[in-house]
Order: sequence, then structure tokens, then C-alpha cells
Amino acid sequence: MLPLRVENQIDAFAGRPEELIQLLHLVQEEMGYVPEEIHGRIASALGVSIGRIHGVVTFYHLFRTRPAGRHMIRLCQGTACHVRGAEKILTALQSELNVCLGETTEDGLFTLESVRCLGTCSLAPVMMIDEEVYGSLTRESVREVLRVYQEGRRRRR
Amino acid sequence: MSRREVLVCAGTACRSAGAVEVLEALRTAVAENDRIDTVRFVETGCMGPCARGPVLRIMPDDILYTKVRPEDAVEIVREHLANGRVVQRLLWAEGQSHPAQIPFFSHQRKNVLSHCGLIDPESIDEYIERGGYETLQRIVGERTPEKVVEAVAVSGLRGRGGAGFPTGRKWRFTRDAPGETKYIVCNADEGDPGAFMDRAILEGDPHLVVEGMAIAAWAVGASQGFVYVRAEYPLAISRLRTALDCARAYGFLGGRVAGANFPFDIELRIGAGAFVCGEETALLASIEGQRGAPRPRPPFPAQSGLYRQPTLINNVETFANVPGILRDGPDAYSAVGTESSKGTKVFALAGQIRNTGLVEVPMGTTLRELVFGIGGGVPSERRFKAVQIGGPSGGCLPTDLLDVPIDYESLTEYGAIMGSGGVIVLDDTACMVNVARYFLDFTASESCGKCLPCRVGIPTMRDILVRITEGKGTMEDLSHLRELASLVKSSALCGLGQTAPNPVLSTLRYFEDEYRAHIEDGICPSGVCEALAPPYAIDPEVCKACDQCAKACPTGAAKGTPGESPYTIDEASCIRCGACFNACPFGAVVRGVRS
Repeated sequence: MLPLRVENQIDAFAGRPEELIQLLHLVQEEMGYVPEEIHGRIASALGVSIGRIHGVVTFYHLFRTRPAGRHMIRLCQGTACHVRGAEKILTALQSELNVCLGETTEDGLFTLESVRCLGTCSLAPVMMIDEEVYGSLTRESVREVLRVYQEGRRRRR
Repeated sequence: MSRREVLVCAGTACRSAGAVEVLEALRTAVAENDRIDTVRFVETGCMGPCARGPVLRIMPDDILYTKVRPEDAVEIVREHLANGRVVQRLLWAEGQSHPAQIPFFSHQRKNVLSHCGLIDPESIDEYIERGGYETLQRIVGERTPEKVVEAVAVSGLRGRGGAGFPTGRKWRFTRDAPGETKYIVCNADEGDPGAFMDRAILEGDPHLVVEGMAIAAWAVGASQGFVYVRAEYPLAISRLRTALDCARAYGFLGGRVAGANFPFDIELRIGAGAFVCGEETALLASIEGQRGAPRPRPPFPAQSGLYRQPTLINNVETFANVPGILRDGPDAYSAVGTESSKGTKVFALAGQIRNTGLVEVPMGTTLRELVFGIGGGVPSERRFKAVQIGGPSGGCLPTDLLDVPIDYESLTEYGAIMGSGGVIVLDDTACMVNVARYFLDFTASESCGKCLPCRVGIPTMRDILVRITEGKGTMEDLSHLRELASLVKSSALCGLGQTAPNPVLSTLRYFEDEYRAHIEDGICPSGVCEALAPPYAIDPEVCKACDQCAKACPTGAAKGTPGESPYTIDEASCIRCGACFNACPFGAVVRGVRS
């Protein structure tokens, strides 16, 4: 069963295939991902093939077809971050959360992803949790930031 | 006492450094101080010196405070706002209280960024107070579209997104193209890693871009515009949304723009994380809700673009240059810059450089001025090695090219490109083979897969580079790399593939010795490539036997007795982690040569 709001959103875009990407953003915002089971539903509403939906969902890095954790961690892999040790931050995050890139922690709190560049190179290395940017990261500060979320001191807006 | 304004930089970088908390603390401190009644707080866009954030500027005194903490608020309010005394310890440096006294600012020339950091980007009134939208009104009132296109052409403005195509010509093509419906598209899909100029412009002065787009629409005869902005920029998106709503409410967008018979409106389109969408035909496909795959040109978007209609597509910074050109006239604009590259260019300085941040300089400024004069050079204990300019499409230029003037032709001649303006400074801790590999990793995974040279050529080159960084490279690999690079360059479908070999070619051109060291000597001179990292050693002349290296060493390789003879590092148990190198306060730890 789809949440009613998602149903309504899909219907609102009926017959407007050019709005597909904007619709996928809305669905993902609502559900945290774009389940494969609803690709057919979107396709018939927009009046395009299911292949087109699948093609678009898998083409863009931002769309997920599996559920995500409550908080999305996006570690920047931009040039400035790379030369300032993003690799070490990745290792720290992975060992701290016990997940690999693309995975969700066992408690469902975090999903760890990498992103091409957050454009906040002056603070390299950088990561973004939900819409909050954290810069000048070190192993220690990563641990501190995670703790804030683990202790529920910051909630998703 | 004159009414003071406190401008607090609320760009992404300063926010994440705590600007919002600083602002709150200042507000509280002002409220609690009964000697002050009139202070106005303004949350501005990026002021530029991101490394010094959070920064704030107090007007009309024009005092800049840097690295402000919430706990500094009470002192700023008591000393400066209540008693007019400058808080010395928060200044940029001793004796440098006004931006005009600080080389980081005084060596710049702000044109596109002239409002950025001075106005509240969410207030259309502040933009209008500074003359905003006047040019648009004047133009639709009294100038023919033909004259506007002419002015942009005469100004010599070239595309700021990377390739540098003359903007006036693009406008003329779109204007002359037959078609009832025409579109304007603003490319805000700033995907180059290391670039954040467009983000800063959208966050700091969004109306400037809206006005530029409206002028362009008048010139080419379009009634619908789109801004395609990347999803990774939430703050820019929200500021842009506010700006569009306000512009509509004030009649600068909508059915009768500026009261004239000129309908024009702008819609936002949010990207979804695909680097290739910065390429214009891929971007158009994405706006249409499709996979962002490029298509061959011609036909160019000016003839057949969005929904097969004539489409003018320019980058954020290009549109941001437009209102100024029409306000001051094309001759004033082209008086700045070089013979072939006019006006100013915004750059994002990042990497191993003191003053990371956002700057704007006249075209023709040298790289040396940009990196050292404004950027302050690399932090003192390191040595400058190269400047990477142009992102994954650009190249790395070494020390002896620092006096190259920044213009489209010079940079291309030396194997880099202007690109969108991302400048990453690399010091002696960077391995150039690793840097080349990094960029090819990037382009390999961002290739859309449509054409073979890009889909297969780039990963093949990447694999060779990986082999070299693992110590398995041969000298033949270098000629293979060169051959593949020229093949991909000449045969890929779009800009992504055609420029992807640049990082390899430029590092081979200027840093072949590093490639050779990896292949022939089995050493990565900067120690980045783990398999080839030389062990660390301690210079006995410099060592003070302070024990810091031994404390930091995770394997016990660094040894000695505190306060006695110089320490040593046991090569066999050293894992090349660099902990001792970073820990040594005297610079006694050096990269040894493998015995």
C-alpha cells in the first residue's frame, strides 16, 4: 500500500512525463526511497513505459530503490576533500558505523553515501547529514557529530 | 550614535562553522545591553574568506571580524556596538581592520560579487535599493532586443561555465532562430568538484541572476525560463525560490514584466546528482525528465534545444554579468580584462591554501597573484607543487607556470582550461599520479555510457593509472596513456569525454618525473600511494628528542629516550601512516629514501 500522499502526488503529475524527476524527488522525500514496486504505478500515471522510469531512477545517483536510514550521511569526495584526507574520514565513518558505502546501519539510524562534491571545499574534508554541512572533519569530530544524532539531540527537519 | 548594521555571513561555509549560533548570541547580547537601541542584523551571502568563518562585518565602520565564536558576542556588543571600540583580537591580523587593508580583499575586483556579502539575499528591497532591476526596467522600456544582443556581443563576454563561447553570438543565434516558443535556461548544475562560485552567487545575490535571465529573455524573445540547479545545494535552492516569488510579486516576472507587454517567468528544476548534466544537451534532456545523456551537436540548442525549440543556455555567472554590462555599457565592461577575455572571473580557492574561499579578479590576473597574493599561498610548513584548475576537464600547472595570465587561451595552451573557476592548490603532500587517477575515477563513474571512447577509454586509462600507483606500471604504460588520451579527446561525443584526458596529459607533461619515480624507482615521492611510500626518517640535526613522534606512532617504530640522543624510526615496523610526520613540532621527520 502506498501512502496516500504519495498516491496524490503521483496523480497530480498525471500525463506530465517531463516532470518525472521532480516527482521522484517528492516520492523519495516522502518515503525515503523510490521502491521498484511503484515504478509501474508512476509509469502508467505519466503515460510512459516502465523502462523509462527505471532508466531515470538508476541513472541519477540521488535516487534510491532501497529504504534509507533516518539520517543520510553524504561524505564529499570532491578534489579538495580528496587531497585533505576524505579517505581517512571514510574509514572512520565505516568503522564507527560498521557499514560500507551505500549501506544502512543496523539500527536504521544512518545511511552512508558518498557524493561527488558539496561545493564547500573551503571546509574540506566535509560531509552533509540530511541538509546540515559539517566541515574540517577529523576522526574525532566525526565521532562527536555522530553522537549528536545517536543521542537524538538533532532530529530530521 | 549612528545606526549600525551587523552583516553576518550566512553562506553555507560560515553556517557550518557556526554563523547562526553567533548571530543568535549577538542578538541576545544586544537585547541585554541597554546602551544600544538601534542595531540592524543582516544575514548576507558569502563574503569570501571561508577559511576564516564565521565572519562578520560591522557597518558603517566597515570592520571585519573573523573566526567569531558565540562566546565573543558579549564583547563585540559591549566594546564595539556600545562604545565604538574595535575588538582587536578578532581582526584578520594586527592593523588590518578594514577589508581594504587586507590583501585578500584589496587585490580583488568585485563585479559579479559586488552585492554578495553586503545585502540580505532574501530581501528584494535591498537589491532594488542598490539599483537592482533598474536596468531591466530601462531596457524593456526603451531598448530594442536587437540593441541588447549587440551590447552583449560588443562587451566581449564569454561563457563562464567552462568553454568560453562568446555569449553575444549565442544570444544572436537564439534570437535569429525561427520558432514561436523560445526558452532560456540557466545552468546551475555546478558539478566540477572544487567549484562553488555559482552556489555562492545564488546564495548571496539571487536577484542578479533573475534579472540577467529576464534581460536575456527580452533580447532573444523567450517567455519561459528554467534554472536547473543541483540538489546538493539546498540553501541556494531555497534562496532562489524566495527570489522568484518576490520577483513575481513585484512584477519583474510574470505576464507583464516591468509593466511592459513582455511575459516571462522562471521555473526551478532540481537535478538529481549526475555530473554529465552540466553538459548543455544532457541538461536539457534532464529538464525534459529523461536520463541526462548528451546528444551530438549540431543542431545546437540555439536552433533546437528544450522540447526542440530554440533555447539559450548560459551558466549562472554568465547571467550574473549581464545586468552590469547593460547598466554601465559594453565599453566599460570590456575595459577590464585581456584582449580575448573580458571582464572579471570568480574563482573558488581550495585545497592546500591559506585563504580558501571565494574571490573575483580581472581576467589576465596571474595564477601567482591568485594563489599567493590573494590566497596567501600554502600553509608555511609545506611547499607549493601545482595548481589544479578546471576540475576534471582541466589540468595541473606547476610552479614555473605561475606567471601565466588567467585567460581562456593561455590556460588552454598550457593544458588546463578556465573551466567554471575551481582552483585547487596542491602542495608537496600530493601525488600527481594519484591526482590524475582521482579525476579519471570521477569521470569514469560519471560517464553516461552513451559513446564508446568515453565509456571504455576512460576506465582503461584509469586502470593503467591504478597499476602505476600500485607499483606495477611499466614505461610502456606512459605511451599507452598518451595514445589513449588523444583518442578519447578526439572521438568522445561530449565535453565530458573530450576533456577527461586533460588531468592525465597535464600531469604527464609537467610531472613525468613522478610517474617515472613510481615506475622505475618503485617510489611514490610524496608517499600517498601506500604500496610505494618511502619510509619516514628523522633528521638527527633537527630532532630535539621531545618524544612526540614516539607518542604518535601506532606501531612503536619511532623510538628514543626523551631529552637524550636523536630519535630513530625502524623501517621494518614503519607502516608509513605519517603520524610522526604530523606530530613533530620541529619538522625533523622527513620522507626517507628507500635503502
